[in-house]
Amino acid sequence: MKKNLLFDFTVDKATKTVLINREFDADLSLVWDAFTKQEILDQWVAPKPWVSKTKFMDFKVGGRRFYAMVSPEGQERWLIQKFTSISPKTNFKMSNAFADKDENPELPGSDWDYNFSEQNGTTRVSITIYNESLARLEKMIEMGFQGGFTMGLQQLDELLLTLKKK
Amino acid sequence: MRRDIFQAIADPTRRAIITLIALQAMTPNAIADNFNTTRQSVSKHLRILTECELVKQKQEGREIYYSLEIEKMKEIDKWLIQFRKIWEARFNQLDKVLSTLKKQKK
Repeated sequence: MKKNLLFDFTVDKATKTVLINREFDADLSLVWDAFTKQEILDQWVAPKPWVSKTKFMDFKVGGRRFYAMVSPEGQERWLIQKFTSISPKTNFKMSNAFADKDENPELPGSDWDYNFSEQNGTTRVSITIYNESLARLEKMIEMGFQGGFTMGLQQLDELLLTLKKK
Repeated sequence: MRRDIFQAIADPTRRAIITLIALQAMTPNAIADNFNTTRQSVSKHLRILTECELVKQKQEGREIYYSLEIEKMKEIDKWLIQFRKIWEARFNQLDKVLSTLKKQKK
């Protein structure tokens, strides 16, 4: 039986803030690991058929993760994250920016705040992204496109309606 | 220079201008009448909105009328929907990874 898992996605265009809520059918420590351990992150963060390759990840305050999204043709898009605050299994914060292959970030980046909580074996992750820019969204989406995300027009219309209400 | 559309709509006066001209094309003077601000300030906001291609100008006689590019506004929503799709797909991948990890633990 597949549980009905919550997925909220809202964008406050005026403040350039993205809010994402998602539940996972797993306990807190496993979900925490999935967001904070490079060997698990690399299995899910890239939009298929892109793959994520972490060059290094030092998950501690002040530590960084330097990784690439690699296309099937071998094209690399480097990103760098810096962890600014960590409360184990509760919250972590980081700054995130595209970068070149020599670890030079394309500033300004965006700021990410992750919150974790568990209830009855279901773990909820709340992500708030501050200072998102359209230019960065475009880059992400471009990668998503190459990953072959398509959708029917009807679905698009429905989503447009939902977004407009917000 | 290409401007960030989010930046364009981040300003409350510019959002108010967008709302005004969404209803009807207006001259800069008519727009300025709605705000407790100078004509120069309104012109500056209109210039930014024009650079983002959120508004278009139309010359009628000696007056320039500004109106909203509805399609451009819709474009923002389309970008956001696609961004949402990426997250959805990413989380579906994570569901599979979590399910595999849970089996390994047992």
